[in-house]
Amino acid sequence: MTSAVSFQKVSRHFGSVRAVDAVDLDIAPGEFFAMLGPSGSGKTTCLRLIAGFEQPTSGSISIFGERAEGVPPYRRNVNTVFQDYALFPHLNVLDNVAYGLMVKRVGKAERHKAAEEALSLVRLPGYGARRPGQLSGGQRQRVALARALVNQPKVLLLDEPLGALDLKLRENMQEELKSLQKALGITFVFVTHDQGEALSMADRVAVFNDGRIMQIGTPEDIYQRPSTRFVADFVGSSNVLPPDFVQRYSGQRRWGSLRPESIRVGRAASGEGVAARLVGTNYLGATTRLALDADGLRLHAIVPAGTKLPAEGEAVVLTFNRESLHLMDEAV
Amino acid sequence: MRSDGSQPAPLGLKIAAACGLLFLHLPILLIFVYAFTTEEKSFVWPPPGLTTQWFAVTWNRPDVWEALSLSVRVAAISTAIALVLGTLCAAAVSRTKFFGREAISLLVILPIALPGIITGIALRSAFSLADIPFSFWTIVLGHATFCVVVVYNNAVARFRRTSGSMIEASMDLGADGFQTFRHVVLPNIATALLAGGMLAFALSFDEVIVTTFTAGQQQTVPIWMLEELIRPRQRPVTNVVAMVVVLVTLLPILFAYYLTRDGDQIAGSGK
Repeated sequence: MTSAVSFQKVSRHFGSVRAVDAVDLDIAPGEFFAMLGPSGSGKTTCLRLIAGFEQPTSGSISIFGERAEGVPPYRRNVNTVFQDYALFPHLNVLDNVAYGLMVKRVGKAERHKAAEEALSLVRLPGYGARRPGQLSGGQRQRVALARALVNQPKVLLLDEPLGALDLKLRENMQEELKSLQKALGITFVFVTHDQGEALSMADRVAVFNDGRIMQIGTPEDIYQRPSTRFVADFVGSSNVLPPDFVQRYSGQRRWGSLRPESIRVGRAASGEGVAARLVGTNYLGATTRLALDADGLRLHAIVPAGTKLPAEGEAVVLTFNRESLHLMDEAV
Repeated sequence: MRSDGSQPAPLGLKIAAACGLLFLHLPILLIFVYAFTTEEKSFVWPPPGLTTQWFAVTWNRPDVWEALSLSVRVAAISTAIALVLGTLCAAAVSRTKFFGREAISLLVILPIALPGIITGIALRSAFSLADIPFSFWTIVLGHATFCVVVVYNNAVARFRRTSGSMIEASMDLGADGFQTFRHVVLPNIATALLAGGMLAFALSFDEVIVTTFTAGQQQTVPIWMLEELIRPRQRPVTNVVAMVVVLVTLLPILFAYYLTRDGDQIAGSGK
């Protein structure tokens, strides 16, 4: 099967900065794909390479089997929802949405009809006559989405689509984007630095760091079985365990990761386990996060709210199931 | 300060403000009055009588028409050149990063910061060095140097206020470079260009110093006026022309002022 987007050894260097460094990537048609990473990790440059705003320094990119290098953005069947939405302030909402059809010389009646339909799709029917300046942030984003979707792209790119929205709106939009993607069957590629967003929306996630992909996998893979210390730490703040520590519990000298929610905290002298001292607690609502010191190794545990907690400074014993200790591929 | 606007200003301040405004504008009114005087050799106050005959006299003087036509043509061509070059330069400076960008933006503004006499002498010696005879185009060249600045300043300010990703969005939606310029860039900078163009036109229309050095024997309106002041006869003709010049330059400037004010509101509401 042809990939929706395929990167082969793609690099993009800006002077001496390797923004994207020999990235291999295959995104399947109809997939909801997330590029996750801290700022400056190359994820946005990858998105711009797909959109055509950047050209690769080396390597090759194909979109649905067609070579994409040298093809300008306006000849690609790919549309982008920009981080700042980039709506045209001099056009009303309807003309904004119809813009892509207008430059393709679709007749006025036809393109306005298509634009109205796209606006209904993003649940903004009847907003066509307004100016972008009269809309809220959430509404502007829906307009940006409608403006991209009206062109029936094969791939929709979303650059930090929910970054500027407040929490409640963000959660609503997450669900809506997901159901929209299912209904339309379009390949969605979105860039985010928010691991929760990536895990909750995407079918697969690529974790970026320093212009390279550290790991590609399903959200569960990434979360439960991180392959490197960076992924373990960046996605869900896992406890990264040094090889010496891991050797004691698994017999193998490898870096390990242990999810904070799989650590059980018990009273000292309650049996076998890792001796530690409680150094701090963070109340998070549904859960409480405990900072622990196990003989110089800083660990975090998350326990459900309402659990009886030891006092700060008290000695505790930590236990966990062997299977929740994940051994990482990264070389020691 | 605006919140206590209900409190009236002290009388002394009001009188001072009135005096300042009168000082600025009374001489202009005098010019208008002298256009109707019956005394033709010198300006006497109060005018001994009022007449409209100078309008007819002016209408029938070919030298007035020549000067006016030259000025209008020079201003129009200089403005057109400035619109193209100024916009391109503003786009380059605000859209891209390149070595020497700051230096270029300073160099573009320099002609208006330098005294006109420097620009004038420099151009004149350059023309004579290159053996270029004075012509319509030497005047246009001289005027374009400062007209570009006005357009550039207006365009650069507008470019800074418009989001850069708008151009990318347009490309992304299938518009090529020309379509993007026509449907996105131009509508967003149009009012700034119109305002800049009108200011450039007005500047060119009453420019004396650079013109003196680059015109040779040709007479634009301001130069014709200076010459006319030396001649003892038909003095009010100058005043009639002055009235026309005031109207020709004032109306576009007022219009430009309203346009840019309007433009600010549009740009502000888009944020």
